[in-house]
Amino acid sequence: MNILQILSNTLAQILAPATLGYVLAAIGLSVHFGFAGLLNMGVAGFMAIGAYGFAISILTFGLPWPVAVLIGLGAAVVFALIMGIPTLRLRGDYLAIVTIAAAEVLRLLFLTSAFRRQTGSADGLSGFQSGFRASNPLPPGRWGFGPWTYQSDQWWVIIVGIITIAIAVLLVWLLMRSPWGRVIRGIREDEDAVRSLGKNVFSYKMQALIFGGVIIAAGGIVTAMGTNVNPNVYVTSQTFYVWTALLLGGAATIFGPVLGAVLFWVVRAFLSNLLPALVDIGWLPFLTAEQSQMLVFVLVGVALMLLVIFRPQGILGSKKELTFVR
Amino acid sequence: MAIIRTSHAGRSPSRAVSLVLAGLFSVALLFGLAAPAAADTTDDEGGESLPFTISGNVRSGGEPVEGAEIAASNGDFEGEAVTDDKGRFSIGVPTKDGTWTLVLDEDSLPSGVSVPDDFVFEQEVTFGNTSTVTKNFTLGAAERSTVSFFDQLLSRTVNGLNFGLMLALAAIGLSLVFGTTGLSNFAHGEMVTFGALMALLFSAGVGLPIWLAIPLAVIVSALFGLGMDAGIWRPLRRKGIGTVQLMIVSIGLSLALRYVFQMGIGGGTRQLPGGTTAVIPGLGPIRLTMTDVISMGVSIVVIALFAWWLMRTRIGRATRAVSDNPSLAAASGIDVDAVVRVVWVMAAALAGLSGVLWAYFRPGIKWDMGTSILLLMFAAVTLGGLGTAFGALVGSIIVGLLVEISTLWIPSDLKYAGALVVLIVIMLFRPQGILGRRERIG
Repeated sequence: MNILQILSNTLAQILAPATLGYVLAAIGLSVHFGFAGLLNMGVAGFMAIGAYGFAISILTFGLPWPVAVLIGLGAAVVFALIMGIPTLRLRGDYLAIVTIAAAEVLRLLFLTSAFRRQTGSADGLSGFQSGFRASNPLPPGRWGFGPWTYQSDQWWVIIVGIITIAIAVLLVWLLMRSPWGRVIRGIREDEDAVRSLGKNVFSYKMQALIFGGVIIAAGGIVTAMGTNVNPNVYVTSQTFYVWTALLLGGAATIFGPVLGAVLFWVVRAFLSNLLPALVDIGWLPFLTAEQSQMLVFVLVGVALMLLVIFRPQGILGSKKELTFVR
Repeated sequence: MAIIRTSHAGRSPSRAVSLVLAGLFSVALLFGLAAPAAADTTDDEGGESLPFTISGNVRSGGEPVEGAEIAASNGDFEGEAVTDDKGRFSIGVPTKDGTWTLVLDEDSLPSGVSVPDDFVFEQEVTFGNTSTVTKNFTLGAAERSTVSFFDQLLSRTVNGLNFGLMLALAAIGLSLVFGTTGLSNFAHGEMVTFGALMALLFSAGVGLPIWLAIPLAVIVSALFGLGMDAGIWRPLRRKGIGTVQLMIVSIGLSLALRYVFQMGIGGGTRQLPGGTTAVIPGLGPIRLTMTDVISMGVSIVVIALFAWWLMRTRIGRATRAVSDNPSLAAASGIDVDAVVRVVWVMAAALAGLSGVLWAYFRPGIKWDMGTSILLLMFAAVTLGGLGTAFGALVGSIIVGLLVEISTLWIPSDLKYAGALVVLIVIMLFRPQGILGRRERIG
């Protein structure tokens, strides 16, 4: 068992495109659930629409990548409107069911062979990053330090991702201490009270749904910049993983989603490197290497249960601002 | 959360959790024992030693072609395979880079297979993100294009009814649990899978005949429901945890259970014994097997029994009372906890039975088979009216019909999407569902 290799793989995960994407998705979800109390179970759908909007704009329509990014984000706005209009007037769990259904519909649309030309069907899309890579101002070659040694193109994805995360964190922080943010939190605590103050609750909820949705879609786009786009990634489980990441860090906090998403991936990478190694040296005699990978997901599920039961406010949250009000 | 909190609310939740974990691992152990008994269906020829696989099938007029030779090459490496009795082939290749050329050998085709004039024997494939890629050769049009629209509609309707009844078994339980406890149980799909897996364990694993294995599986499913209520949900209710938190706990449980199942049976598909694919003759365009008929019969009888239980028995009446208003029911002397326990047992037993039927309908048992219909169950429950048992029945049949009949117009890989789109549209016009009452939507 090579402990150094395991640690190196684990630490490298911190800057992987998937981690950066999850950080953004968790920030967006914190706007939805943490601050506005909206039960968005369609996180994977928002990420998928960002990623596919970005990739299809480039591959099918030949647009430059900054325009493609805007189209990906715009598609998320439309998606939020479609889901919000029927459900935001209803009780919270209706939004949960509709968002999870809409995300699955989207995935099936990306998966069907009827639109193979545009979506690549089950194979997904690849080869759309060349424009983005051409805009890379960094010196070519492979550089970095320790576990964080990447190709120049990968560094470009990481830097763009981190800048996006910084902007998202700043925006959420500014908005949540503004009057708008106070109304949003008021809606989370008691919708009727806010309504009695003359605020248009529906409109505020819709704005929160769109704002958070755009951040989640940005997460999808950042992931797509670094890797290929594949419909099997955007399954319902991905939504649940982002929820786990958010609840781990703290739903109603600014830095909670960042910490939660990074921790989620680091622990996951650590376990999926460590457990097969333990199987190899015979410390887990009742498992095969393949089964030990599944054990990681069992542990994720158990962790989610324990987290919600024993520390629903997350690592950074305070018990006073508990988002589970209903 | 309207279940009344009792004064001795402090039953240690960590004990509950350890109970659950113990349960999970005992299930895992059971599967570990059962695993060698049943054969794995992923039988790749020569594909084991090479990391990447090109697979697919060769069909002619909807029927598999056996013994056709396929060659794959990318310039450096050349691999060959012969299709099996199901028309499948699979070629192991050392790398996924570049473009692979697949050639179907025309001379190897058995006599009697007609080849269209414009058929392309050479196809190009490239790997995506995964280590496998699929390419199919279809010789000639499938047979069904000759069936008239009306015949197809009739056939799909019967299929849809079958699927809907099976879905109803599962959805009724989901709806009852929601009605009595307010929990949107995302782990309900795993209860469906559990029933099918238990049937597999008792039949293929232990070696019991299937007519004994299925009732046993339903009983074990009921015990599973009882265990989940006692181990997780009752302690959490006593702790006074909100419904949204409970919902997320059920999501965690669903993830954990699903992967425990996968650890048990792997990623492949297993078949339950006793299924027959022979179509009953004399029904015209309707293609029904004996398994389908028995499945529908069982569904109808069980649903009728359930309806009688809910409407006529004391405990059924109490269940409806708790569903209506838990506080008022408790105040009039109904033991809410006991009712909820019975509801969990019923829901799990129905879900388990539905899992067995679903295994025959799909066909096959897979670790995520329950999850794949979870959203359809939610759609059915919402369509019929959240928390109403008969609404779930009506909603399920509508969803079942919709899923099957919609394939007349949309590609069959989008058939679940159609049902879910209808769910979203229903939200716009009648959010309380067909049999629901306006007040429930708050």
